[in-house]
Amino acid sequence: MTKSNSEAPVRHPDIEIRQGEAGARVWISGAWDIRALESRARALRRRLADVTREVGGAGWDLSEVQRLDHVGALLLWQAWGKRRPGMLGLRPEHAVFFSNLDRDKERVGAPRDFDWLGLVRALGANMLLVVDHAVDMVRLLGQMLLDSLSLLTHPARGPWREISAGINRAGAQAVGITAAVGALIGITLSYLSSEQLRTFGADAFIVNILGIGVVRELGPMICAVLVAGRSGSAITAQLGVMRVTEELDALAVMGIPYTVRLILPKVVALAVVVPLLILWTSSIALLGGALSAKIQLGMAISQFVSSLPSAVPIVNLWLGVGKGVVFGILIALVSCHFGMRIEPNTESLGIGTTRSVVTSITVVILADAVFAVIFADVGISLT
Amino acid sequence: MSAVPVTDETAADFARSAPVIEVKNLWTVFGEQVVHRDLSIAIEAGEVVSLVGGSGSGKTTLMRQMLGLEHPRQGSVAVFGIPLAGTPKHLVKKIRRRWGVLFQEGALYSALPVFDNIALPLRELRAFDEDFIHDMVMLKLDMVDIERRHAWKMPSDLSGGMIKRIALARALVLEPELVFLDEPTAGLDPDRSESFVSLIQSLQRSLNFTVVMVTHDLDTLVSLSSRIAVLAEQRILAYGTLHEVTAVDHPFVRNFFHGERGKRAMAAPAAQALIG
Repeated sequence: MTKSNSEAPVRHPDIEIRQGEAGARVWISGAWDIRALESRARALRRRLADVTREVGGAGWDLSEVQRLDHVGALLLWQAWGKRRPGMLGLRPEHAVFFSNLDRDKERVGAPRDFDWLGLVRALGANMLLVVDHAVDMVRLLGQMLLDSLSLLTHPARGPWREISAGINRAGAQAVGITAAVGALIGITLSYLSSEQLRTFGADAFIVNILGIGVVRELGPMICAVLVAGRSGSAITAQLGVMRVTEELDALAVMGIPYTVRLILPKVVALAVVVPLLILWTSSIALLGGALSAKIQLGMAISQFVSSLPSAVPIVNLWLGVGKGVVFGILIALVSCHFGMRIEPNTESLGIGTTRSVVTSITVVILADAVFAVIFADVGISLT
Repeated sequence: MSAVPVTDETAADFARSAPVIEVKNLWTVFGEQVVHRDLSIAIEAGEVVSLVGGSGSGKTTLMRQMLGLEHPRQGSVAVFGIPLAGTPKHLVKKIRRRWGVLFQEGALYSALPVFDNIALPLRELRAFDEDFIHDMVMLKLDMVDIERRHAWKMPSDLSGGMIKRIALARALVLEPELVFLDEPTAGLDPDRSESFVSLIQSLQRSLNFTVVMVTHDLDTLVSLSSRIAVLAEQRILAYGTLHEVTAVDHPFVRNFFHGERGKRAMAAPAAQALIG
């Protein structure tokens, strides 16, 4: 960087002790810049340490240094024990690199003290965090409902466009993937069950197993998991970035409540879309199951379809669809809630999105368990 | 010089003979749109060059070409005498270690605290131990007038002015010979902008690195640059000192330098000294 002796070829950094009349003097020469030092730093540090041990109070002469920068200066500075040696010969143009080093040094280390109660503390903090999340989510729901009250008197001001866009994104565009997953699950389940049923000669019960299993449980669950992964993560990331870029504040200062414009449409859209997706996925899964039953058990598809209504009471279908509405609302709320908590850095966005999806799926499974308990004796004929 | 094979050691010496940056007959084309048409410019060591031009005139793109972030359709860009295209990767990597870049928004890694942001390029070299790196980071923080207690803060907890200073410290940590500044004072209030300009100025004077910057701010331009390159009509319209550039008769120059803002900036003592 500092070009001195520009005619002479640049030499490697070197250290030499010369004995003079006034005692030993350490001569530093050559290039002491980062380019020359990056490959030699370790060796030179050792050599410098040896030299300082050998001739402790010697004078230092840097006038033969061809290039110097902060890296070279700091290497020497550390060897001097972080203060100027008594005698120091220095080119005037190199003085600048030591001027900043003379300042008073306090070491600022990373705050990394070990906390013995850390585990207990972390457990407590996590419990409180869960409560905090729950309170926050209830508040978000309440705020959204309060803000939505005005829509009762002014329905034209409702976020209908946003709802429609949400339905398109979370529903129409998810038709392909839900169908593919549904079909695979139906075929697999049917294949495995039919193997078992055949050994008992209970082939006809494949309709019951598939019907109840898919319509009541699997269809809603698969859909909820897919929607949480697909739309939930997108919602969290979108709201998170909007929060970071102050777009939410921009909405607020225009007098547009973000709950009505951003959160309500997502909740409504998912509440509408998830039950529809469940119907779709369950139908495809049953179709796949029927196909597999035809191949495995030789059961005609028409027979499968015609025995379905008697094997699966219609209330199971309503139960599945009803669950879908609840799941949709839960996924939307959880995703929005996590989106609102994202902080302005890339790591937080990643963690927030992951947590949002994991929490959505967990919440959906919990809700499903609650449904199972409440409706334990509905729709399952034991005759 | 041409007889000397390009090695790690000799690469460092190229800067003395060749211009630090040499852009030759550069064409940049995005789709149908021609951004640079046969553009050439050579920047000598120790200069502080400002690229100015209307919006969409391709100043930022030209800087990105010099950084190797865009690729020329035709022509070449050589930095430290080494062409960026067609040179082995490890040599281009050497060049990349000899320049520092200050991005417009700072581009600090938001997941890392200030200390690790500045230490990252040093750690990448794998030549220095943590003790040395610590002292080096603190030294750089001192140089940009950031208090050491901020070292463990996250970028999101810092003000815009501090982010710029820390980004400058990160740009300077590998002792670059060439520093790129993209809108160094954008988004700073006049007071901070002035102190940031004088910080860059004093660092440039003491460390004598070459500066290429893109700026809209006339005050920054007048007080920092030794030469000005005006981009218009897909080429370098004028390249010279403030005095030479303002003498050019072109609508952009008239508007930019001789408008109301321009007159005010030119009346400043720094400008008077430059125009002479």
